[in-house]
Amino acid sequence: MSRATSKSDYLSQGPDWSFESIEQYDIEIGKIAQEFGLDTYPNQIEIISSEQMMDAYASVGMPLGYHHWSYGKQFLETEQNYKRGRMGLAYEIVINSSPCIAYLMEENNMMMQALVIAHACYGHNSFFKGNYLFQTWTDASAIIDYLVFAKKYILDCEEKYGIEEVELTLDSCHALMNFGVDRYKRPIPLSLTEEKARQDEREQILQQQVNDLWRTIPVSEKVEQSKLKEAVFPSEPQENLLYFLEKNAPLLKPWQREIIRIVRKMAQYFYPQRQTQVMNEGWASFWHYTLMNELYNRGKVGEGFILEFLQSHTNVVYQPSFDSPYYSGINPYALGFAIYSDLKRMCEAPTEEDRRWFPDLVDRPWLEVLHFAMHNFKDESFILQFLSPKVMRDFRFFGIENNEVDPYVEVKEIHNDEGFHALRQRLAQQYNLSYREPNIQVQRVDLYGDRSLTLRHTMDNGRPLNDDTMEVIKHFKRLWGFEVRLESCSGETILQTYNCDSTSL
Amino acid sequence: MSYIIDRRLNGKHKSSVNRQRFLRRYKEHIRKAVEQAVNQRSIQDLDRGEQITIPKRDIHEPHFGHGQGGKGSIVHPGNKEFASGDRIPKPEGGQGGGSGQGNASNQGEGEDDFVFQISQEEFLDFVFEDLALPNLVRKDLKEIKEFNLKHAGVVSEGTPSKLNLVRSMRNAYARRMVMSSSSRRKLAEAEAEREALLDSASSAEEKARLVWLDEQIELLKQKIESTPFLDTYDLRYNHHIKEPRPSSKAVMFCIMDVSGSMTQETKNIAKRFFILLYLFLHRNYEKIDVVFIRHHTSAKEVTEEEFFYSRETGGTIVSSALKLMHKIVKERYSPDQWNIYAAQASDGDNWDDDSRICKQVLAEDLVDLVQYFTYIEITPRDHQSLWYAYEEVQAAHPDSFAMRHIVEVGDIYPVFRDLFQRRQHESSH
Repeated sequence: MSRATSKSDYLSQGPDWSFESIEQYDIEIGKIAQEFGLDTYPNQIEIISSEQMMDAYASVGMPLGYHHWSYGKQFLETEQNYKRGRMGLAYEIVINSSPCIAYLMEENNMMMQALVIAHACYGHNSFFKGNYLFQTWTDASAIIDYLVFAKKYILDCEEKYGIEEVELTLDSCHALMNFGVDRYKRPIPLSLTEEKARQDEREQILQQQVNDLWRTIPVSEKVEQSKLKEAVFPSEPQENLLYFLEKNAPLLKPWQREIIRIVRKMAQYFYPQRQTQVMNEGWASFWHYTLMNELYNRGKVGEGFILEFLQSHTNVVYQPSFDSPYYSGINPYALGFAIYSDLKRMCEAPTEEDRRWFPDLVDRPWLEVLHFAMHNFKDESFILQFLSPKVMRDFRFFGIENNEVDPYVEVKEIHNDEGFHALRQRLAQQYNLSYREPNIQVQRVDLYGDRSLTLRHTMDNGRPLNDDTMEVIKHFKRLWGFEVRLESCSGETILQTYNCDSTSL
Repeated sequence: MSYIIDRRLNGKHKSSVNRQRFLRRYKEHIRKAVEQAVNQRSIQDLDRGEQITIPKRDIHEPHFGHGQGGKGSIVHPGNKEFASGDRIPKPEGGQGGGSGQGNASNQGEGEDDFVFQISQEEFLDFVFEDLALPNLVRKDLKEIKEFNLKHAGVVSEGTPSKLNLVRSMRNAYARRMVMSSSSRRKLAEAEAEREALLDSASSAEEKARLVWLDEQIELLKQKIESTPFLDTYDLRYNHHIKEPRPSSKAVMFCIMDVSGSMTQETKNIAKRFFILLYLFLHRNYEKIDVVFIRHHTSAKEVTEEEFFYSRETGGTIVSSALKLMHKIVKERYSPDQWNIYAAQASDGDNWDDDSRICKQVLAEDLVDLVQYFTYIEITPRDHQSLWYAYEEVQAAHPDSFAMRHIVEVGDIYPVFRDLFQRRQHESSH
């Protein structure tokens, strides 16, 4: 490696940053990123103070959001933890938008700023632009406009119908937020102008449809009979609970339907992020590591700089053992970084084992392989596809099964030849949202009777629902307006029924 | 292409609305915490906000999820000695590792309480929500003895000592400009014409014109000269108005019975009441003096420490304290300058004869001096003569005298609120 050693070539001298040096670093890092084929949205780098960082935290990183007490709660929690020094603020927040907004905290030194630029502005940014989930489910150029629209709409509702009313509706929507996404169907991209233009029309039509569904005017007997036959509603179970409520709840006001829609859209926007944590953080970490080292190789930064960087990097990708007091699950930065790095290694210097496991990958150009892996997968499939025995060995992974009726937990497989396949499967499953979240769908509505609604929970591995269930059903009931019950089923047997009748709220 | 934007100057309180929403939603919790805090604080300790603790389950946002039970599966890193097939006994009541995936870091805190800070300002807001100082307004309007002179612009009439020279001269200059402007324009024209004629004048007609012009110029100059330099209507005088200065000083008298019948618990109840009153006054006045008077058969001015924690035995003569207060007011706290508040706490014991004297001292000497005199009787027993004597005072002076009965700690805050409840007719202030 040829390395220029003249100090005057360095992009910055001291630890302090300045706007000029940030710009310099951004240009240099951007140049290298381009050489590696990182395709990004334009960057908008914002320098903010730590207080502003806390604000950003509290609003799930969004630059603007509607008002809700839960964000206040989040803010207070962050503030308290930060003040007590229990937690450093994560040094980066990046928003999947175009331009891609990244925050730099003014308290950080030059090295950290460069790290964040590499990590967020080129790592995450290229992931947002490249990964198929983001391409399919989100529209980066429209999100900010949509947020503006949502904030304004909810503000108007608060003025018209009172803060309390709006808050109640939002509470209920938030409780069901994770069940407000379409998992298979591609949504229509968000567009502010369209949203606005269609909104009034939609309100009326929606109400009209709902009214049709609940029409109580007597109809001729013949029609009645044929209706009764098809009285199974919905004709198929519905997994998008919020969507179902928005379209079919009989008593909701048009503005409430719109609020459900807003929450639904937000859930949909975050859906890809929930499914690509390991891939996304791993990708960003891999690139900040690669880009920063490249800066050093090209003589743009000095030894002190790169040593300091390596220390931060090591902290970021550190994985404590399961028995460590610092253990809180698998660190997505660590796992993702390890997989991408290992991919590169396998392409460049494969071992015998790699050739057996990944005959399609070895000896191919690593950059191409990495981009392929980033573009076309989500965490679950990514791990299933690319987690190598070496990484499993390095992490010393082991799989545990815990059966309620068994007083023991059992180690099913460990990082050895017999275990690799099953272990990888087990780990991949862990990142499968439909394994993590219970399967709850709208089963039927008593259209011509008491309008009660039945939700069905299909048990997976005999795992019951958590203690919140009754509370969430109450929220569901608030939106539905009539009796709601939830049946927890294993196969066809109903094991448990939660009931929320029309009197209790 | 990247844009680099400095946002540090943007507002940093973007979350304040959400924070307020949160405070509003958990008002009841916060009020309870505030109440407790009030009971625990020392009287003059208010330079801080308060830490509010809410049980986590009360602010929990529910979501559908998997509970404990069934068949769980998880992968952990950092294996040291396990081999496949190992069976490990579950820890008693532990989490077993059934479904530890997901946001482990969020759940790591378990059933901890949710803790956050409210500022001093917010703290006091909660303490004194809907409370108003009695008689504050009345004193401001009626009995003000001090005034500030305040500039109130300039006027055209006044005494010479208040003449505003600059404004007067400026007016005069402007007036002179206006009054002489047409003359000066004519003068300029005439001079220009004369200048032109002077060189080329040859005919008699032109010479006559020149002479005429000279006369005109002389006339115009005189006219300009005669414009008065200073006229009466140029004069401007500084205007001052007398602005009443509301007294920003208050003195609070804490009077407590420390005879043998007062237990430490009773004193603590009294202390809490005094704290509330102090906090309350502190919000309304810039400067507050606190005078502690304790008494058994004789009264004495003491420090806070001594007031609450030293014990003495003996009988009880309440009037001694009232007399001492009257004396202190006369010596140190002129009612013209001070807003005087008094809070008396007692278990109601008094020498029978003395209650009559108390009533007399109060009604004749003290009531007219103070803004508000509150008496709380802390006793589970029946009232004694002092209560009945005070009742008469209250009947005669309902605006500046109030009394309430407290049995236990929980009564303090409600009684305080009751005493200082914003009255209907004051609500607009």
